[in-house]
Amino acid sequence: MEFQAKELFAKHGVATTLGVVAETPEAARAAAEEMGGVTVVKAQVKAGGRGKAGGVKIAKTADEAESYARDIIGMEIKGLRVNRVLVTPATPPVEEYYFSFLLDRSNRSHLCIASVEGGVEIEEVAKTNPDAVRQTPINAIEGVTPEKAAEIVDDAKFPAELRDQAIEMVQKLWKVYVEEDATLVEVNPLARLEGDKLEALDGKVSLDANASEVRHPDHEQFEIRDEEDPLEAAAKDKGLNYVKLDGQVGIIGNGAGLVMSTLDVVAYAGEDHGGVKPANFLDIGGGANAQVMADGLHIILGDPQVKSVFVNVFGGITACDEVANGIKGALEILGDEASKPLVVRLDGNNVDEGRRILDELNHPLVTQVDTMDGAADKAAELAHQA
Amino acid sequence: MSIYLNKDSKIIVQGMTGGMGAKHTTLMVESGANIVGGVNARKAGTTVELGGKELPVYGTVEEAMKETGADVSVAFVPPAFTKDACIEAIDAEIPLLVVITEGVPVLDTAEVVAYLEGKSTRMIGPNCPGIITPEESLAGITPHTIAGKGPVGLVSKSGTLTYQMMYELKDYGFTTAIGIGGDPIIGTTHIDALEAFENDPETKAIVMIGEIGGDAEERAAAYIKEHVTKPVVGYVAGFTAPEGKTMGHAGAIVSGSSGTAQAKKEALEAAGVKVGKTPSETAELMREILNQL
Repeated sequence: MEFQAKELFAKHGVATTLGVVAETPEAARAAAEEMGGVTVVKAQVKAGGRGKAGGVKIAKTADEAESYARDIIGMEIKGLRVNRVLVTPATPPVEEYYFSFLLDRSNRSHLCIASVEGGVEIEEVAKTNPDAVRQTPINAIEGVTPEKAAEIVDDAKFPAELRDQAIEMVQKLWKVYVEEDATLVEVNPLARLEGDKLEALDGKVSLDANASEVRHPDHEQFEIRDEEDPLEAAAKDKGLNYVKLDGQVGIIGNGAGLVMSTLDVVAYAGEDHGGVKPANFLDIGGGANAQVMADGLHIILGDPQVKSVFVNVFGGITACDEVANGIKGALEILGDEASKPLVVRLDGNNVDEGRRILDELNHPLVTQVDTMDGAADKAAELAHQA
Repeated sequence: MSIYLNKDSKIIVQGMTGGMGAKHTTLMVESGANIVGGVNARKAGTTVELGGKELPVYGTVEEAMKETGADVSVAFVPPAFTKDACIEAIDAEIPLLVVITEGVPVLDTAEVVAYLEGKSTRMIGPNCPGIITPEESLAGITPHTIAGKGPVGLVSKSGTLTYQMMYELKDYGFTTAIGIGGDPIIGTTHIDALEAFENDPETKAIVMIGEIGGDAEERAAAYIKEHVTKPVVGYVAGFTAPEGKTMGHAGAIVSGSSGTAQAKKEALEAAGVKVGKTPSETAELMREILNQL
């Protein structure tokens, strides 16, 4: 969110105005009173296009700030509920520029994008005036040296009187990118204020989750949980890799690729069964033991939309008999909570033993189907009938 | 024949004495792969018994290569130390480096990939199952029992889809199956593997498995159109993935309108690649091709 990006900017010396985060209209009013003069009240939500959605307002008085905050808090922007606003003193820009560093997957390196035409979505500028959007590849080992920063600034044609300031800011933004392990650092607009002062007026930072895990314990503070789907939050607490979707067939599988594929196969099968769709992504990884399986089923069955569950496991490293015992144990742990039909497809390592264990269990909720396509069809059929 | 890995490959394991490293070194030894030792600076000079084989532990990759003649290293090093382990192996000029580790910071991988420029090492991964040349050698975690030797070359971002596809086509078998990994930045790409399979006389047809995120499949499609004469069958996972959500793999994310499965499928089909809707349909397409060869 914007206020968090600005905290990271400030931490690395990038000129910006932090403002005050308010979760109630009253707090927004108090902040505006404290600042005096004209303020800007901005929705804080992880989505672009906040201005167009009515989530950014200029308040002439503290009364107005309170009233705008009342309108904005609780509104939805791109499906996300706004729970807080940022109040800052209004600093009308003389000119607006665009600047970003980002991970360039195609070239397996980093890329800098700069434009003296900012303030609007950069994709728009790229369409209407592509020459104004300047791209500079960054070598991952050399990074952004003072020379590189000067090259970027000159290439984008920043005004001469701002050149030194811009070069300094580019280097500081690179520090944000590298030292925080970001995959995107974007400033839009990068504003030229009265008195030729450059300031990051709005921005966005995406952090690499792998790096946060490995070397940035402090990044935990940026995780705002109140926007999250409650089931996704519960899954995260259990260490499960779960994404909530809008469908009726719960999915459990092992391996990200196989689970993605399972969602697709279920969606195709659903076309023949009343248009039922996959309800979630859940990758339980290699260790399909009883507790992990029970945790996964618990989360999936907590979704009231779910009518059937498809467990799709290929025994690679994990053998199918271990998985079968995991399912058996999970059903014991869950007891009456396990209330929806379970379609299980096991294939691969020790498949015969795995299937035998489930046959022997003879649980009324469990149906075994030998192929992935057949099992998806069965799970979709059961969801449609329910 | 095969690509990158064969019966003469001599393999060392960086991080052999850790939990994952020991478990999979055992499985590699049991598969018949020629594992010749491991690297751990703190346990240099000792030996470890894994899979019934007494394996020496060396202080550095360089020393291990000198003592054993190793030409492949498989890294099971924790993510915080993966970058240093890779740079050590690259400096020692190991011909093939397979990085299994999941969760490596992407800036570290970007640095390693930049470091590879002009060096003699080929890196596979990170966050991958590695590479198997059935009945010859295994450098990674792919179960060696799924399928035997045969005419198909397989390249995939995903581990379990590699296993699934090998299983579906086990009656035909594989020259080499390579899992290149699901991270946003990786060493060996689809294009590298396609080029190697094209040049491998034993490989008669190629299966290419992709997934949402980035534009590697689109670029591979362009490469196939220009340079690949062998039949290629494709599969792409993630048609139902919503925008902006990471689906398990760090690199599997649709951003705005880019990285969708539909765009990848269309690009592959435009290059003459038959794309299956499901893994089994993909295997069926490959079967039809193989039956005509």
